[in-house]
Amino acid sequence: MKKSWLMMSAALVMGATAATADEVRVYNWSDYIDEELLTKFEEETGIDLIYDVFDSNEVLETKMLAGGSGYDVVVPTGSFLQRQITAGAFQPLDLTKLPNHGNMWDVIAERTATYDPDNAYSINYMWGTTGAGVNVAKVKEALGEDAPIDSLALIFDPANMEKLASCGVHILDAPTELIPAALAYLGENPDSHDPDVIAKTEPVLTAIAPYVQKFHSSEYINALANGDICVAVGWSGDVLQARDRADEAENGVEIAYNAFKEGSLMWFDQMAIPVDAPNPEAAHTFLNFIMDEHNMAAASNYVYYANGNKASQAHLEEDVIGDPAIYPTEEALGTLYTTTPYPAKVQRVVTRLWTKVKSGT
Amino acid sequence: MKRFGLISVPYLWLLALFLVPFLIVLKISLSDTALAIPPYTPTLDLSAGWAGVREWLSGLDMENFTWLTEDDLYWKAYLSSLKIAVLSTIFTLLVGFPIAYGMSRAPDEWRPTLMMLIILPFWTSFLIRVYAWKAILSQEGFLNQLLMGIGIINEPLTILNTNTAVYIGIVYTYLPFMVLPIYAALERLDESLLEAAEDLGCSRLTAFWLITLPLSKQGVIAGSFLVFIPAMGEFVIPSLLGGSKTLMIGKVLYEEFFANRDWPVASAVAVILLLILIIPIVLFQRNEEKQREAGK
Repeated sequence: MKKSWLMMSAALVMGATAATADEVRVYNWSDYIDEELLTKFEEETGIDLIYDVFDSNEVLETKMLAGGSGYDVVVPTGSFLQRQITAGAFQPLDLTKLPNHGNMWDVIAERTATYDPDNAYSINYMWGTTGAGVNVAKVKEALGEDAPIDSLALIFDPANMEKLASCGVHILDAPTELIPAALAYLGENPDSHDPDVIAKTEPVLTAIAPYVQKFHSSEYINALANGDICVAVGWSGDVLQARDRADEAENGVEIAYNAFKEGSLMWFDQMAIPVDAPNPEAAHTFLNFIMDEHNMAAASNYVYYANGNKASQAHLEEDVIGDPAIYPTEEALGTLYTTTPYPAKVQRVVTRLWTKVKSGT
Repeated sequence: MKRFGLISVPYLWLLALFLVPFLIVLKISLSDTALAIPPYTPTLDLSAGWAGVREWLSGLDMENFTWLTEDDLYWKAYLSSLKIAVLSTIFTLLVGFPIAYGMSRAPDEWRPTLMMLIILPFWTSFLIRVYAWKAILSQEGFLNQLLMGIGIINEPLTILNTNTAVYIGIVYTYLPFMVLPIYAALERLDESLLEAAEDLGCSRLTAFWLITLPLSKQGVIAGSFLVFIPAMGEFVIPSLLGGSKTLMIGKVLYEEFFANRDWPVASAVAVILLLILIIPIVLFQRNEEKQREAGK
């Protein structure tokens, strides 16, 4: 009796490992890859790919810190990655299993090293900026020909927002990006961790909140493309995807993306392997596949985000590599800022402020 | 021995699925946040034996509960949830009672079909049904088009992303939980009681008031609890249909857990929510028992 029970559990354990040996579970942002790449990966490697999506760093971080997420590859943004590394959520990369690592771009690697020293735990997948997506015709109709579509005043000056409210404004539901933007508007250091300085953004944000139709981090892509809203504070590539969808639909909606001239947040989405990944071997295979110059170029050509892969640039389409909204000019790069994670006590102040702005309480 | 085993099943169930999880939540609510996996401290280290347990106990405190009293966000959210839950329970009762009454008065051969119609929506995922309400209630949605088409309104109504949409969502979602217990109570009602009342000169309305309503009381109370309790902690409906101004404790709990990564405070919020829900239930049961004893 006892023996058969033992044999049964042994068989179960073996069955479980056999199932995971050729399976890799990836957890990435929504609308963030050319889905043909997923099929290509399965065909080339024979590994089953299970691909799930999220739309906020907070959701990912909660899964990472709870442990046992079951994912082999996850894609946190730099500042979140840094905190999760400190918490011991990731395993160091084994470069011997990543022959394509040489394709990476030193300019980006230098910047991501702020979050992940020596880039020991992660590779850059995509990077971009947080700026304003506008429906050009509608915004000009509301604010006149010289509408400040590349300025923080577009969204932080209540006079502008009052006029824009009727055609619809969406703002990312991401306090860690909007509070730095409000600080930049006030001329403060966007990466300030001083609660007193952060508190200065409250009147600015409260003044514009009544004119915001929705704080949401993914609905604005469709809303912009359909012409339901005229301004979205959003991520560069998402806005450009909206532009593309509107073009395809031929609905006469013209979308433009601009980083803010006073400074925009530059962020890096990094692929990393959780410390308790069921199949780290396959995870490395996946990372190496993504770092292939053709695959990475295909991903960027599809999602309109810049990547951290130097070799892929030769294969990028002209409307990607040539678009300063995606690959900013040397000069524009200088105005972009980065942020670092808030300590727990400051994070609480930030979240509380954001709740107050959104709900009035 | 066998009988003991049988009796212990519900208690084991309660122990495993209610008491143990509650104690875990209570324990986390007494801890502090930490940047680790899991993100709180202290964690119980059993390998250290008694010293480990003692160290663990000394690390627990009531700090998070004190914190909840210091910020008005929390009690405002509890009150707002309470208001939304009470009002939606009343609305659900107003809609559900006539449905249940109609079903119980319907000819016998219709009843299985009517019952089926009440249960049928459950065959579709709850999430999809709530999403469908987004399409119905939006500015360009079905409801506004209908109302504008028949000329009742000229401008589309803003319903989606307001508290009204939350009420509609809750009433719709929990309606079967109200209808089914009331129907069960009404179906058992002995019709000869009503006939007797009418024979004795009662009008139908008075008979309804004096006989049907009191006899359906148990169903109404059961239905109201089945609606009120989940509505109080509701998260999905307010986050999909409600606006940013809809303040509910479920959303606050989500923010604590996800945005602040503060499991201890999130757990403290959950413990208080449970207490708020348990106290009226216990009071109600005590009252019932007293009445039953008085009846004897």
